[in-house]
Amino acid sequence: MSAAPGHTLEPRWLKPVLITIALLFLAVFILLPLVTIFSQALSVNLQDYLAAALGYEGATPELPPLFASLGEGTSVYRAALSDAEVRAAIRLTLLTALICVPLNTFFGVLLAWAVARFEFRGKNFLVSLIELPFAISPVIAGLIFILIFGASGWLNMIPFGTQADGSTLTLYQWMDARNLKVVFAVPGIVLATLFVTFPFVARELIPLMQEMGKDDEEAALTLGASGWQLFFRVTLPNIKWGLLYGVILTNARAIGEFGAVAVVSGNVRGETTTMPLYIEILYGEYQFATAFAVASLLTLIALVTLVVKAVIEYLLQKQRTG
Amino acid sequence: MSSHSFSLLKPLLVAAGLALTASFAQAASYELLNVSYDPTRELYKEFNPAFVKYYKAKTGDDVTVKQSHGGSGGQARAVIDGLDADVVTLALAYDVDAIAQKTRKFPENWQTRLKHNSAPYTSTIVFLVRKGNPKKVKDWDDLAREDVKVITPNPKTSGGARWNYLAAWAYGLEKYGSEAKARDFVKQIFKNVPVLDSGARGSTNTFIQRGLGDVFLAWENESFLVINELGKDKFEIVVPSLSILAEPTVTVVDEVAKKKGTEKVAQAYLDYLYSREGQRIAAKHYYRPTDPEVAKEYAKQFLKVKLITIDDVFGGWKKAQPEHFGDGGEFDKIQAELHR
Repeated sequence: MSAAPGHTLEPRWLKPVLITIALLFLAVFILLPLVTIFSQALSVNLQDYLAAALGYEGATPELPPLFASLGEGTSVYRAALSDAEVRAAIRLTLLTALICVPLNTFFGVLLAWAVARFEFRGKNFLVSLIELPFAISPVIAGLIFILIFGASGWLNMIPFGTQADGSTLTLYQWMDARNLKVVFAVPGIVLATLFVTFPFVARELIPLMQEMGKDDEEAALTLGASGWQLFFRVTLPNIKWGLLYGVILTNARAIGEFGAVAVVSGNVRGETTTMPLYIEILYGEYQFATAFAVASLLTLIALVTLVVKAVIEYLLQKQRTG
Repeated sequence: MSSHSFSLLKPLLVAAGLALTASFAQAASYELLNVSYDPTRELYKEFNPAFVKYYKAKTGDDVTVKQSHGGSGGQARAVIDGLDADVVTLALAYDVDAIAQKTRKFPENWQTRLKHNSAPYTSTIVFLVRKGNPKKVKDWDDLAREDVKVITPNPKTSGGARWNYLAAWAYGLEKYGSEAKARDFVKQIFKNVPVLDSGARGSTNTFIQRGLGDVFLAWENESFLVINELGKDKFEIVVPSLSILAEPTVTVVDEVAKKKGTEKVAQAYLDYLYSREGQRIAAKHYYRPTDPEVAKEYAKQFLKVKLITIDDVFGGWKKAQPEHFGDGGEFDKIQAELHR
């Protein structure tokens, strides 16, 4: 047997080879697409610019091409942001996140608490149920809501009074007459997003709270803490980084969700198109520059999220070990 | 309350009253939702503001037109499931029929309510090939050649693809004389299709961005758009000897318009599609105008081709749809045979 370095038995070359493969993979599948999105957004006009510059024979461009393309690129951003439909898409995306994140944080904590602190029949079933939105395809998640709230869905089978001609009025018809829309309107988009982002907080907190045990809380109780005091003074400080991590993931998915939202959207421009949906629309209309501008904006939000997530992960690690 | 404070209040009340009556006297404002299919995006982007201007000038009322685009079948499905369209402008009559049958929100004889079978503009199917036509594709026969790869969306989901399929069938029928031979001919063509995208825009991307295939069966207007947007130096249009008259149809969704109080505006919107201005905008976006005067103006821009209609060759959509595209229809059978 050849002498292995240190205490490992792997051959010497294995580590650098694995690292190289991992790095190459990251570069090709993650870094390259990211760079492409930004460079496309900034330089779609570069070709036009060069063509124009070369068209004027002998005339030299005033700016070196790189700067010129950057200049053009920012003007694409400005144009994109001044487009009312782009702004509506950004607003809708932020509104959806603003509703979904607090709600799912609240319910996530509630669920994690129930699962980590209490023993009850069907607990394992409940825990697997939490994961359901991860297990099923987002398209199906969207379709579920159409089947419940759509014109031919369940709501249209629930009687809700009688019509003028004596026939039964269904709940859907009652709502429809009052213009209360769920699918193909903002509520449907929010519901679909709520559904797909539901597991993040609970999934993050359950193992954390189980690992932590009940000792601190029981100590606080014997010292006479009230329920609220217990939560805010003892539990919350213990789970805060894990909670924040779950919130960040919820937010990232809420902003980026495409499939489920696409099904319930109805594609009404400026009204039910979120940023991811609108990017696809722009791309389909050959408006590549604007599409990439909005795409890079979305990516930027994701990158910021990623950095915040990394910091929190670090703090979480510190809390667990320290 | 003292009389003094009331005297102060009085002018305020009068002002409020005046403001209220003023707001009643003001023009009404309406919101229309037009649910349409994919390739009409550019057309309605220009048509909607023109209509808003026209309606304001005619009645003084303000209109906002909201647009929704997607695959024709999927859009019909959304309206059936409750998307509140005041008007639908879809790729083929069958999709509008489906809405009428499933929702009963407008009568089933809707197609007789407007001129030209409720199709204000028409189109046809042409071939888009790469510059220089390297595979020398001239007519439908060439699509059945073994060395030619054909790009078309899936007829099960795309309105445009159903026109493609039917045009090929009609050609086969005319050339080879029997339904069985026409079917073999269509099967031969679909053998040459490497991918079936779900919608027209998806196929456009397959042909252009991914560079797959030698011939793209496309709407005439979509082909012109591709050439104008992405370069005359990359693609050219080939006109087959025979094609099909595609009639994208429009109608008001009566019940929705009634609920929203937009019946008049919705009707005016569709009527405007038939007006000179509306027809010119359609022609500008390479839809064939139905108005003979406008058609004459734009005659040069459209390619001369012998057009058959679905009613003549296939007995209309109500017959053709289940026979060819329904579950277990001819298209399903052909696909099953090809993938055996």
